[in-house]
Amino acid sequence: MFDSKQILEWLEEVKDPEIPVLSLVDLGVITRVEFKENKWFVDMTPTFVGCPAMDYMKQDVERVLEEHGIKDFEVRVTLADTWNSDKISEKGRLALRQFGLAPPPVLSTLIDDLSILEHVACPRCNGTHTELRSPFGSTLCRSIHYCHDCKEAFEQFKPLDS
Amino acid sequence: MNEQALKEFLYKMADDTLIIGHRNSEWTGMGPILEEDIAFSSMAQDQIGQSLALFTLLHQLGEQEPDTVAFMRNANQFHNCILTELPNQEYDFSIVRHFLYTTSATLRWDMCAHSSYEPLAQLARKVKGELRYHSLHARTWIQQLGSATEESISRLQRSLELAMPYALGIFEESPFEKELVAQHIFDGEKQLREKWISSIEEVLGKTRLVLPDLKVIQPVLGGRKGQHSEHLQPLLDEMSEVFRTEPGAEW
Repeated sequence: MFDSKQILEWLEEVKDPEIPVLSLVDLGVITRVEFKENKWFVDMTPTFVGCPAMDYMKQDVERVLEEHGIKDFEVRVTLADTWNSDKISEKGRLALRQFGLAPPPVLSTLIDDLSILEHVACPRCNGTHTELRSPFGSTLCRSIHYCHDCKEAFEQFKPLDS
Repeated sequence: MNEQALKEFLYKMADDTLIIGHRNSEWTGMGPILEEDIAFSSMAQDQIGQSLALFTLLHQLGEQEPDTVAFMRNANQFHNCILTELPNQEYDFSIVRHFLYTTSATLRWDMCAHSSYEPLAQLARKVKGELRYHSLHARTWIQQLGSATEESISRLQRSLELAMPYALGIFEESPFEKELVAQHIFDGEKQLREKWISSIEEVLGKTRLVLPDLKVIQPVLGGRKGQHSEHLQPLLDEMSEVFRTEPGAEW
C-alpha cells in the first residue's frame, strides 16, 4: 500500500517539458494529492493560463500513475489554488540554476514595477552586474537578461504573483 | 444568478481577449526590434490562453466547444469592442492601443477577482499576475516614447487621438448592466471607465502626451452588439482558415 507521500515521490519523474531537470512537484504545479471515496485525486494548476505544455504534463502524470499500478485516479487541472513563483521549492531553484536559468526572487510584495527584474544574479557567474533586456522571453515564464561580467545573455524563470 | 447576463459578460471578455490576442500575434516576425517581437508574441499567447479559459467557462454554462465558438462564428456574432479589431498599423498605433486596452483589461480582471461568480473570480486571480507584465510593458513604452523625441511624441499623440473614440467604446454598456451590478458579478462599465480614465491620466501625466478632451469625443459603439468595422471579418477569415478546412480534426 502507498500514501500520498509515495505518490509525490513517483511524480518526481514528471518534468517540465521545457525545463527537463525540473519536476512538476518542485515547480509547484502539483497542488494536491488525496485519496477520497476509493480514488486518488491529483490536482495540478498551470504556471500561466496559456501554458501550452499543460496537456502534456497532465498526460505524463496520468502515465506515471498507471505505471505504478494505480487504477482509480483522476488528474484535475484547477485554479482553486493558483500558482505563483514562490511555489517553486529550494530544490527546484537549484535545478533551475544548474540548467542555466536564474530562479525567480522570493516575493515579499506584489510586483508593481519592472525593477524586480533588474540585477538578477547571473546563473553562470552569480554576478549581479546584469540588466533586464526584456520582461518576455522564449516561453511565457521567462524574461531575458544580459550579464556584463560574462558578456552573455541569460534567461530568468520570472517571478509571478497571484 | 442571471445566466444570460453572465454569458453576455463572459462573451465580451472572451472575444476582446481573443481578437486583441490575434492582432498582437501579427507582430510575430514583424516587431521593430527583437524584444518587441517577443513581447507582442508572448502577450498574444497569454491572451489566447486566457480567452480559451473564458470560452471554457462558457462551455461549462452550456455553450458550444471553445474551438467551435472561436472559429465558427461570423463577425456579427462577436462581442469584442471595435478597438481590438483595428489593424495594427504602425508600431506607434499598436503600442498606444495596447496601452489603452491593457489598462482597461487589467482593471476589469481586478474587478472580476471579487465577482460573485466564483469560477470567474478564480480565473481572475490567476490572470491578474500575468497581466501585470502586459501593463508594465505598455507603461514603460508610453513613458519612454512619450517623453523621447519630437517624432516619437507626435506619432504617439496622433495615435492617441485616433484610438480614443474606439477606446471609449470598450465601455459600451450591456443590456444587463443592472443585473450584473445587483448580483455582484461585475461592478459595471461606468465604474470601470472612471478607474480607467484616472489610470491613463496618471501615466500620460509623466509624459509630454496630452489626453484628448474626452467630453467632446463621440465613442465608437456597436462592437458589443455585433456591429463591427470592416476589419473584423477578414481577421476572422484568416484566424479560422485552417480550422475551417476540416472542423473537428485532431492536431
